[in-house]
Amino acid sequence: MWSYSLKRAATTAVTLLAASVIIFAFIHIVPGDPIYVLLGDTATPDQIDALRHQLGLDQPIILQYLTWIGHVLEGNLGRSIFFQAPVLSVIADGAETSVLLATMTMIWVTLIGVPIGMIAAVRHGTWLDQGLSGAAMLMASIPTFWVGLYLILIFAAWLGWFPSSGYPSIFEGGVVNLRYLVLPSLALAAPNAALILRLTRASMLDVSREDYVRTARAKGIRPWQVVSRHILRNALLAVVSAFGFTFAALLSEAVVTETVFALPGIGRLVVQSILRRDYPVIQGVILVIVVVYLLINLIVDLSYRLLDPRVELQ
Amino acid sequence: MSRDGAIFWLKPFVARPIALLGLGILLGTVLAAIFAPWLAPYDPYAIDPSIRLTPPNALHWFGTDQFGRDTLSRAIQSARMALLIGSGVVVFALATGVPIGVLSALFPRLGHVLMRMVDVLMAFPSLLLALGLIVVLGPSVMNAILAIGLGYTTTTTRIVYGLTLRLRVETYVEASRSMGAGTAWLIGKHILPNLVSPLLVQASFVFAFAQLGAASLDFLGLGAPPEIPSWGNMLAESRTFITRAPWLLFFPGMMIVATAFSLNLVGDALRDRLDPRFRQLFGEKG
Repeated sequence: MWSYSLKRAATTAVTLLAASVIIFAFIHIVPGDPIYVLLGDTATPDQIDALRHQLGLDQPIILQYLTWIGHVLEGNLGRSIFFQAPVLSVIADGAETSVLLATMTMIWVTLIGVPIGMIAAVRHGTWLDQGLSGAAMLMASIPTFWVGLYLILIFAAWLGWFPSSGYPSIFEGGVVNLRYLVLPSLALAAPNAALILRLTRASMLDVSREDYVRTARAKGIRPWQVVSRHILRNALLAVVSAFGFTFAALLSEAVVTETVFALPGIGRLVVQSILRRDYPVIQGVILVIVVVYLLINLIVDLSYRLLDPRVELQ
Repeated sequence: MSRDGAIFWLKPFVARPIALLGLGILLGTVLAAIFAPWLAPYDPYAIDPSIRLTPPNALHWFGTDQFGRDTLSRAIQSARMALLIGSGVVVFALATGVPIGVLSALFPRLGHVLMRMVDVLMAFPSLLLALGLIVVLGPSVMNAILAIGLGYTTTTTRIVYGLTLRLRVETYVEASRSMGAGTAWLIGKHILPNLVSPLLVQASFVFAFAQLGAASLDFLGLGAPPEIPSWGNMLAESRTFITRAPWLLFFPGMMIVATAFSLNLVGDALRDRLDPRFRQLFGEKG
């Protein structure tokens, strides 16, 4: 177990290192000299030279990378051109919204995806199963922003049950502010619940073909007990590991949803930074999301192995 | 494809009426794209301020937008962009994923390096990867295809790699090799023909998800230029008018859903016809 964990952690570190090179290169391959982006068109040659030196852009590229990665490890992701503030603090400002949105989405995904997936698996091959599986595929084919716009139209504009946009912090307005996240999290949950539904169903069907399930049935154990004790427990292992990936993916999938609902999260920050050409922020967000994504994948992998020792060591 | 082959692939559609529906919608989209100028009742670009934001009626079945343009005509015209993006992404994903996957499986040393690079690319969530590329390349239709396509290069490569690893130890491949067949011959005669069916499945899913990716980029204003009619652009424009003109939201969105759904249905039906050993390489993607 330990040797596997170390090996897996090392792989993640190598991947992260390679990814960091790509993310570093990003700011050097965007169209236009970053200096002009920073100073605008009216800069004098002297100003340009001074800033170029100050930023270390006159250094060899390898040295620039090492300096950058050194700063990153110290938590210094550079300065936002638009906000005139450290990138890390700009990202931290959006973190509350993004994390709460992702958490709330995962709650919907669990509440919708797992039970319905179970029903489809138990009624395998029936019209109910086909209908539910078909509905899941339909949900996975709907753009989240379209669902979002409809939720705004129906529940905010027509019925007035929920606010249509924005999100004031719960630390200022209390937990009631979570109502701002209800519609966005539902929109974001739709395709992901569909994925979890299909996964729950598939994994339960897989497990139900195992020998120990047949033995349990042959022993005369009640059908619902076979489902709950023998099938479900084992099937959920795969589902739980998918939760990790889904949560990590949500952070970037939220880009569109946060834009539709004008939420002050990391996703909307990316889009606005792209339109403002605030490259340091784009670079910082990509870095943070990739790190979170890889770390969650690592944790999921290791805990999966902990929960199911049968998983073969590679 | 021989007659028996055609029957084999058509069977799942006959057995499952809903898959047949998918095939029908897909065919309809293709026909709409090809015959757009003849099918559209009006010029999709013609502006008429006197009829702006008219609800659906006998003259304008899907209503009109804020410039008085006919929504139905624009929706039909947009089928072209949908097919262009979808097929562009599929072609890009296959043209990159197949060679990388096959060569990686046949030459393990090269494969070790290439597959690690694929792993690194996979560390970037696909929408984030697409957005980053759009920043570097600038927004355009071609770049949207590249940006979305690269995300599917990785998944396609992995599938092709897995398939080729299995194929190269098949008895007939080893027999062929022992009789002196070269690598090029093996690839052309044994590997590629066996990849056709699984890649057909992969192409259906990639096409479906490319629709959603392109719609997202268009909606964010980072995809096709606003003057080109596309379902995503139509939705982006209608956003301001959703309470006054909900029909502007309904029809383009339905088109996206119908296209993506039909491709998913087709892919699902085709997947069930795959060799069970290959099927497991297609995880539950949607």
